[in-house]
Amino acid sequence: MNDFSRPMPVPTPISQPFWDALAEHKIRIQYSPSAQRYVFYPRVLAPGTLADDLQWQEISGAGSLYSYTVAHRPVAPHFADGVPHILAIAQWDEGPRFATEIVNTDPSQLRVGMPIRPVFVDVPDDGITLLCYEAA
Amino acid sequence: MGLRGEAAIVGFTELPASKRPTGPLESTLEQWARLAAATLADAGLPATAIDGICTGHLQEARIFAPSTIVEYLGVKANFAEMIDLGGASAAAMVWRAAAAIELGVCNAVLCVLPGTPLTPVSEKKPPEVSDSLHFGGSSNRYGSPQAEFEIPYGTLGQNGPYGRVATLYGATYGYDERAIAKIAVDQRFNANHHPGAIFHDAPITVDDVVNSPVIASPLHMLEIVMPVMGGAGVLVTNADLARRSSNRPVWVKGFGERVPYKMPMYAENLLQTPMIEAAQSAFSMAGLAPADMDMVSIYDCYTITALLSLEDAGFCEKGAGLQFVADHDLTFRGDFPMNTAGGQLGYGQAGFAGGMHHVCDASRQIMGRAGTTQVTDCNRAFVSGNGGVLAEQTTLVLEGD
Repeated sequence: MNDFSRPMPVPTPISQPFWDALAEHKIRIQYSPSAQRYVFYPRVLAPGTLADDLQWQEISGAGSLYSYTVAHRPVAPHFADGVPHILAIAQWDEGPRFATEIVNTDPSQLRVGMPIRPVFVDVPDDGITLLCYEAA
Repeated sequence: MGLRGEAAIVGFTELPASKRPTGPLESTLEQWARLAAATLADAGLPATAIDGICTGHLQEARIFAPSTIVEYLGVKANFAEMIDLGGASAAAMVWRAAAAIELGVCNAVLCVLPGTPLTPVSEKKPPEVSDSLHFGGSSNRYGSPQAEFEIPYGTLGQNGPYGRVATLYGATYGYDERAIAKIAVDQRFNANHHPGAIFHDAPITVDDVVNSPVIASPLHMLEIVMPVMGGAGVLVTNADLARRSSNRPVWVKGFGERVPYKMPMYAENLLQTPMIEAAQSAFSMAGLAPADMDMVSIYDCYTITALLSLEDAGFCEKGAGLQFVADHDLTFRGDFPMNTAGGQLGYGQAGFAGGMHHVCDASRQIMGRAGTTQVTDCNRAFVSGNGGVLAEQTTLVLEGD
């Protein structure tokens, strides 16, 4: 009865451009010209100002490791095969932060502030591309 | 701005923590009624005095919880509110109750948080499967930012997000796992002297903490609360009823509340917690300073939560928390009595009633009812609440006559 496959994102009409870009192995996030800042996650109005001027812009995805933890116990049964699991916060060079998973990297290499780069992980069964990161 | 300090906590109930229910299962509503009766009995006031309630969620009613409760209790409320601030709810209830009383809306407000999530079930009406079973405080519903942008990568619940806070703290200010472990050890000592605590008969050492398994680095198992069954409540009244109650009134002199986000990864600086503003508000409203407190009861779902709260509430400088913990005896007999009933790390966390543990801890001390753990001449206390991952934070400054 329980479905313990990994929970996958389900895009909404507002967030769809983000996921469409990931499918092309590109990263597009929103930008508010009036607030002069990038915004993540996708919204209908700019957070803070509620300005109705969000536009999609491509970013490189390069950033740094804001913080991380190594989970030695599965965070949920859905991730039972995934430990040790590096739960990370990426800080994009453009400003916003992004919850992600660090892959292809030994936990002992990790340092707060280290440069990291995108790893696009296609999940064809779900029609989704996830945005993971690795040491740059 | 703020309270005049003319409303008081006059009675409280905190059920002993247990790993399993100790009797037949009861619905949240039934638990509510029993906690209400026990709290009124503790205060020595009749149910007819009640004219306000603050509640959390009810298992039996997803919406309209407050009216469901007043109807079940058979009381009439001028103020009936559901508070949804997680572990910050308890302190949030107390200040809302005090505000309703000072506005003259109410005379006596019950604030109750049942803490036994195992309720009777019927296969004829099976319970809705809740996200919280596997995802903790994270929402996995369609359209939830967490469902779309956090949970797929494993950012869910509490352990991982708090581990990231501790990692960043260490990278910023330095980290000493033995120093932070002392928070759990001192509180365990307090728990060892409190019969209701889940760990009342199990002492621990710093070695025990640092040798316990790492759950989400750098946090060890013994730095993380144990979920328990329980429940707690307090009664807040006006001065007239307070004078007629059985206990020394615990006046609500100041409060603070700050709710800036759901996930602190979106904070400008994750290490500058909402406690900074919440505590400044409470102290300035009360006209008191951190150094004026005779004891503190600091929300401690994790050691790192307590550490950051001590710093951001102003008990020590930012980044100096580990040294502060090392330099002070945090036990009830020490120079900085903190979480004298064990904190949640020592007492156990009965769901959102865990926040009420701290309100009860401070009330017990100011009322002079803490028995062997009584802090001498305890007249002033600081209480903190914390919801989610350092997202919702509330504070109280309490004072006896």
